Amino acid sequence: MSDYNFAYLDEQTKRMIRRAILKGLAIPGYQVPFASREMPMPYGWGTGGVQVSAAVLTPEDRFKVIDQGADDTTNAVSIRRFFEKTAGVAVTEATTEASVIQTRHRIPETPLREDQILVYQVPIPEPLRFLEPSEVETRKMHSLEEYGLMHVKLYEDISQHGAIATAYAYPVKVEGRYVMDPSPIPKFDNPKLEMAGIQLFGAGREQRIYAVPPYTQVVSLDFDDYPFEPTKADHACDLCGATDSYLDELIMDDAGGRMFMCSDTDYCGARRAAGHLGAQGAPLAEDAA
Amino acid sequence: MITVENVSKSFVLHNQGAAEISVMAGASLSVAQGECIALVGASGAGKSTLMRMIYGNYLTQSGRIMVGDLDVVTAAPRQVIQLRRTTLGYVSQFLRVVPRVSTLDVVAEPLMATGSDRASAEAQAKTLLQRLNIPERLWQLSPTTFSGGEQQRVNIARGFAYPYPALLLDEPTASLDPVNRATVLKMIAEAKARGAAIIGIFHDHAARDEICDRQFDVTRFTPGLAA
Amino acid sequence: MTPLLQVEGIAKMYGARIGCTDVSFDLYPGEVMGIVGESGSGKSTLLNCLAGHVQPDAGAVRFDTRAEGLRDTVTMSEPERRMLSRTDWAFVHQHARDGLRMNVSAGGNVGERLMAVNARHYGDIRDKAIDWLGRVEISADRIDDRPTAFSGGMQQRLQIARNLVTGPRLVFMDEPTGGLDVSVQARLLDLLRGLVREMGLSAIIVTHDLAVVRLLADRLMVMKDGHVIESGLTDQVLDDPQHAYTQLLVSSVLQV
Repeated sequence: MSDYNFAYLDEQTKRMIRRAILKGLAIPGYQVPFASREMPMPYGWGTGGVQVSAAVLTPEDRFKVIDQGADDTTNAVSIRRFFEKTAGVAVTEATTEASVIQTRHRIPETPLREDQILVYQVPIPEPLRFLEPSEVETRKMHSLEEYGLMHVKLYEDISQHGAIATAYAYPVKVEGRYVMDPSPIPKFDNPKLEMAGIQLFGAGREQRIYAVPPYTQVVSLDFDDYPFEPTKADHACDLCGATDSYLDELIMDDAGGRMFMCSDTDYCGARRAAGHLGAQGAPLAEDAA
Repeated sequence: MITVENVSKSFVLHNQGAAEISVMAGASLSVAQGECIALVGASGAGKSTLMRMIYGNYLTQSGRIMVGDLDVVTAAPRQVIQLRRTTLGYVSQFLRVVPRVSTLDVVAEPLMATGSDRASAEAQAKTLLQRLNIPERLWQLSPTTFSGGEQQRVNIARGFAYPYPALLLDEPTASLDPVNRATVLKMIAEAKARGAAIIGIFHDHAARDEICDRQFDVTRFTPGLAA
Repeated sequence: MTPLLQVEGIAKMYGARIGCTDVSFDLYPGEVMGIVGESGSGKSTLLNCLAGHVQPDAGAVRFDTRAEGLRDTVTMSEPERRMLSRTDWAFVHQHARDGLRMNVSAGGNVGERLMAVNARHYGDIRDKAIDWLGRVEISADRIDDRPTAFSGGMQQRLQIARNLVTGPRLVFMDEPTGGLDVSVQARLLDLLRGLVREMGLSAIIVTHDLAVVRLLADRLMVMKDGHVIESGLTDQVLDDPQHAYTQLLVSSVLQV
């Protein structure tokens, strides 16, 4: 154990963040301002997600951190170690065993349960920001439900690219009221936003928290004649053979050789452990670290 | 149809020492349907002024001017606009048009403004233009570059496009050659025959005598000029 | 007949300075009202009070809403007023940049008001945008260009299309031809005139240019130092001005 307070933040700060979280859950999709603290990592490295996790963790929790679906990237490892050190909580890489999962830019393939919490790291919480730079104006638009501009963005996409080109951070309407940025998850993940688990979103630099309670309606914006499609690469995972998971593309050599594999490392590993193999897959024990 | 009762008008020129010029006092006149009255009097006596007062273009200081059921002196602006659209036509001495509008559209406009569809409005406009000898090649051009006589004929065509129950004509035959002059006089006669009440100013005495039933001498009501 | 807009006793002060005071008039459907005056006359202040951009210190601006008859827009809630300004009202700014989204294509600019009232079919929105671009004489092949690529006159015409696409009943215009070349002005005025007639619009146009009001406005109000000093039929006020200031204004215009 260490000299830190449990999960690094003092109790008053955690209380303030919990109040913001409760407010966010009460108004799904609404961005709640909060007093973001200076954290021991720079802005842009997940401080929002870390503060939300710190406020919800209890000593009995099992914590998992993924970054673009992987448990073993530098950032995921750093954050996991941070909470091991300051909270002493158990950690895991298995989605099914975690009670709190902090994620950057992906939703796990394995569906979450009612007793699980998913904490998202969010860079820019305001979905209208790129079209309307004024914070005063975007707040008004949210409060008056003036979302015509959001469809203008989609219109522009279709007129320029022939289809809605937004591939990630695809805007959604929550419970028929607030338009929300689901963080830079691929649009493939959007349907998963309707889930049994609790979803909390933290933006540290922008100082906003928002939330989606379990079983909340989350609809991706589209046009009647250009409906939303959760697309992914038209391949199977070369390691485990999965056809229904989001894939990373790896360039193997300079002769155009490439490999597709599940972005969700835990999902892929579990499938291989169960005996599924893809075109280039080898049994799990032979994987390099 | 048109009744002018005891009207007076004066101009106050504020920027020239607030000089007050009284130009008309106690004028009264009435024109029945089917009548054509000529306003006569020396230049500057107030003929055009009276016409503009009837049209609502000039304010009348006192008295009444009834055109149909409306007193132009006390009418609200939108009532006067409505009157000008459906009841009272005015052919001024000069053609004033919006740039870029074709001759055909200029003449068709009074018909379109009173509910005619484009096709029939244009057809009638074409008939009128032909009658007044405006060549077809000019119909799609704006009249702003036409000669004085051509402009005057377009002006008249516009003024006669819609069958107004009352008409004000200021020098309708000025700048016209004998052929077109005769055509215009015939058009005025036709308007009379369908029951229009017409007030005209003619410097052309022969035309005046040919078409007008009575004369009205405005000099009688011009302060300082009364004989 | 109910007036479309009933203005009563509008006043706006800036400290001790009069922005505008004691302005009252009724505007009926299909009427165009011009407001002229020189810089500092209060005409822009008045327009902003009428259009809800600025809160007047006194007075009422009653608009004949479709659903509920005459409602005072000054005391209306902000969401209601904003809804009104997206549907029944339109505002054409002097500088097209203030009335357009410069980083959105022409089609997106025209379609925005439609999308703001829940149009959700891309094909229909685009068709309507093309139709409106045609009506303001912008070629359809420019639909995907940004307004930054347009000339000043084109930007202004795009602003007009953007405003009129939802069929508003009342259009406010602030110096709509200001800053444009003379030939471009003529074209724009002609276009406005045609659209106002065709759509049966009512309009309130603020300008310092008497030629613009003669062409576009049925009625005229002349303002000086925050007061309306004369009003009436446009041609009557311009041809037979009564007030000293109006006479000065009219006689100062150069005849070409």
